[in-house]
Amino acid sequence: MARVFVVGGVISYRALFNWVRPLSYATSMLGIPVTQLLFFAYLGRFTGLRDDEFYVVGNAVQATAMGGVFAMTMTVGNERQFGTLGPLLASPANRAALFLGRSLPVVLNALFVAAVVFMAGLLLLDFSLPAGQIPALLLVVVVTASATTGLGLLLGAIGLRAREVIFAGNLVYFVMLLVCGVNVPLDVLPQWLEWVGRSLPLTHGLEAARRVVDGASLTDVGGLLWTEAAIGAAYAAAGFVLFRLLELEGRRHAVLDTY
Amino acid sequence: MNALRVFWLSWVLNLRLLSQSLFFVLISVFQPVIFASIAFYMWRAGGREGTLLYVSIGAGLMGMWSATLFGSGGLIVWQRWQRTLELLVAAPPRFVVTMLPFTVATASLGLYSMVATLAWGRLLFDVPLHFEHPLMFAVAVAVTVLGLGVLGLVFASTFVFYRHANAFSNVLEYPVWLASGVLVPVSLLPAFVEPLSWVLAPTWGVRAMRDAAFGGDPLPELAACVALTLVYFGLAWVGAANFERLARKHATLSLT
Repeated sequence: MARVFVVGGVISYRALFNWVRPLSYATSMLGIPVTQLLFFAYLGRFTGLRDDEFYVVGNAVQATAMGGVFAMTMTVGNERQFGTLGPLLASPANRAALFLGRSLPVVLNALFVAAVVFMAGLLLLDFSLPAGQIPALLLVVVVTASATTGLGLLLGAIGLRAREVIFAGNLVYFVMLLVCGVNVPLDVLPQWLEWVGRSLPLTHGLEAARRVVDGASLTDVGGLLWTEAAIGAAYAAAGFVLFRLLELEGRRHAVLDTY
Repeated sequence: MNALRVFWLSWVLNLRLLSQSLFFVLISVFQPVIFASIAFYMWRAGGREGTLLYVSIGAGLMGMWSATLFGSGGLIVWQRWQRTLELLVAAPPRFVVTMLPFTVATASLGLYSMVATLAWGRLLFDVPLHFEHPLMFAVAVAVTVLGLGVLGLVFASTFVFYRHANAFSNVLEYPVWLASGVLVPVSLLPAFVEPLSWVLAPTWGVRAMRDAAFGGDPLPELAACVALTLVYFGLAWVGAANFERLARKHATLSLT
């Protein structure tokens, strides 16, 4: 089972992650988050809403969502598009290991992307990060990336039946940009939008990250991290259940490979 | 065959095809609306003075650019995948004339963005839709669409030489939004950005739209946009001719 989890996860990441080529990776996974940061930081300066630190932390942590949402959508949903879903489900591999193993390289990738965006903030904007806060920030990013991966798992499971699941991935990604406190403080949003944001991963992790950058300890943000982890676990569990249901339905109606 | 007829028929067909693509509906309607909402909230919460119509226009143009960038950047590759590229090259009109309506159609999708952001702003954020010169605003939008479409033609005829050209498309979205000053004035950016902004059609397009909406004189900006469009067309003409020549010479037209 460990081999399915680790080796299977790495292989599926290399095979199904559309941006694994160096140039595509550099532009999509690194270029977009950095340019996004610059756009919103300058927009923040123009509108007079918050300082550069707010946007650096927001967009760096939100960058983990790109991997978590899109990567998991691709590495699960693309199995169907590429015709490998049938052999995959015919194998006796443990479904949990198969499913969750795909999230491991995604989380590691998210760490790297967040680090690059933080570096860009340090070099290009008015942002500083106390070195002593880096370990705590690292943990916050890992928890947040894992949580967004849970949401990606749910979307990927939908991709077992939906034809253009990447559309849903994009839509969720943009909605998270609006409601999770990335560039707009939650208290600025209408109440109902704030509730939507608090039901999604990223929101509580982002709040924890901002507090850590401001000097808070892990103990101070423990509640936020546990909430973030719980939300991510709930989405992952829902994604796993949906995956199994769609698998059983697909077998019953022989629609696994329809596209 | 009359070039205008080719343009019209191809433009209508491609606009209808693109309008049925979920991906292009996303980037021309949902994405601009979400970015407009973010900008609206930031504007209000930051206490920025001025009308939110400024934001609506900028967000609409953001959608126009996204549609043009992703639609035109992958144009030739998609034609190749669909096995229609050979037909387009073999058709009697010049290849650049055949491609032009495709790219203008992708830019035209941006009209959905403009309508969506204006309507969204009006309905949810009470944005006053008062235009000082409404006819000039419509002209500014049309000229900007054409300018973006021809800029897309430059991308289409350039990116085709790179197998993974979509990698370049991905990273040009935010920088052009910034450099064109669609929401953030170029004067707030580092000094080296301003000369870059002069060669981008969205820069002059958004300025013309704002002048038309808020009572300035959009004619100089429109003239600049038209001039840039002609330069873009020249570049695209050379690029497309080069692509066609090389593809015929090396027999690589249908290779991915």
